[in-house]
Amino acid sequence: MPQVNMTVNGKAATGTVEGRTLLVDFLRETLGMTGTHVGCDTSQCGACVVHVNGKAVKSCTMFAAEAEGAEVATVEGMAAADGTLSTIQQAFQDHHGLQCGFCTPGMVMSAAALLRDNPKPSEAEVRDYLEGNICRCTGYHNIVKAIMAASGQDVSSIAAE
Amino acid sequence: MYTFDIERPSTVGDAVKLLSDSTESQPLGGGQTLIPTLKQRLAMPDRLVSLGGITEIQGISQDDGGALCIGGGVTHADVAAGAGAYAALAGLAGKIGDPAVRNRGTIGGSLANNDPSACYPSAVLASGATVVTNTREIAADDFFDGLFTTALEEGEIITEVRFAVPQKAAYMKFEQPASRFALVGVFVAKYADGVRVAVTGASEGGVFRWAEAEAALSTNFAASALDGLSLDGSGMISDLHGSGDYRAHLVAVMTRRAVEAA
Repeated sequence: MPQVNMTVNGKAATGTVEGRTLLVDFLRETLGMTGTHVGCDTSQCGACVVHVNGKAVKSCTMFAAEAEGAEVATVEGMAAADGTLSTIQQAFQDHHGLQCGFCTPGMVMSAAALLRDNPKPSEAEVRDYLEGNICRCTGYHNIVKAIMAASGQDVSSIAAE
Repeated sequence: MYTFDIERPSTVGDAVKLLSDSTESQPLGGGQTLIPTLKQRLAMPDRLVSLGGITEIQGISQDDGGALCIGGGVTHADVAAGAGAYAALAGLAGKIGDPAVRNRGTIGGSLANNDPSACYPSAVLASGATVVTNTREIAADDFFDGLFTTALEEGEIITEVRFAVPQKAAYMKFEQPASRFALVGVFVAKYADGVRVAVTGASEGGVFRWAEAEAALSTNFAASALDGLSLDGSGMISDLHGSGDYRAHLVAVMTRRAVEAA
């Protein structure tokens, strides 16, 4: 089986994979990094979103071998080493942006990709960007609110509490 | 998924060699359709040849004649961001799937797959674009050949797609909200020598040109020129999302909206 080498959250990661090994399976099964979730496995739900070379991708719809040499970022790399949450994660906590939490890793990684490209998105732009992230608890209002808050914008006028 | 090997060549030449040797191989673009297909065990290649590491099929440029040249491996996100010279095309690319899908899916992969509900085939056909492969240039009118079928030969790779930039153009998509594919999508492009109208999502034969609308709009590029024109619902896709008659009706509505937006 071929060996694959990549950088995950700034650390070198190596493992042997099959051709069919998905990036999400490499992260979860080989590296034991289970923060990235598999929701639908059909590239609909976005629970598996990670960044590959700075771009949000669905890690259930990319082979590990295609990430050879890539810089991969997962939800495990969002908080500081001492456990201090990132601005986005803290905003999710402050604004109740999660209920069961299953979709949260993907939501956080999508939010991070959005705010890097568009630091002050409108509410409509946040909703549009989250088109590929499904929350089965349907907690979208507070997810949007959290992302707006993480961008430093006033969220007092956003309806949902 | 069945087991298979995966190769990642760095040149088109090496990819073509791999695709033409005795191992049954399939090219892999961004994988946003192929990987779900493999998961459903609807395909069983012995080897995938990933085109993702080939730099010569990346990049967007304009040639001396002003045509927009997009590498076959360019992602939808990069077309959305980099095809500003052809705003209707950039807009189409920016509404395919969702952001994460757009960061992986490629124009060459979408065209080679020729899904009857994909967006890109309508832009390519309405623009009279040229599909460039490792061996030849194929006119859009000769490229699409029915559902999931194209003029591509086994092992032939789309290296570039060349679009003449129209005077006016717009794409209007009625989205199927779960899959984000076009329930019906219409691309209208007005050139000096006439108007082309291409429809995706509707026909059982895949993307097609609506000749009557083209004739009417070439005489008078206004939504009112479409008054009284309609398509027959027979031969249109009929499924739980919409009947053939519904899709035929939507084609006329979306064509009108595209003309108004152009």
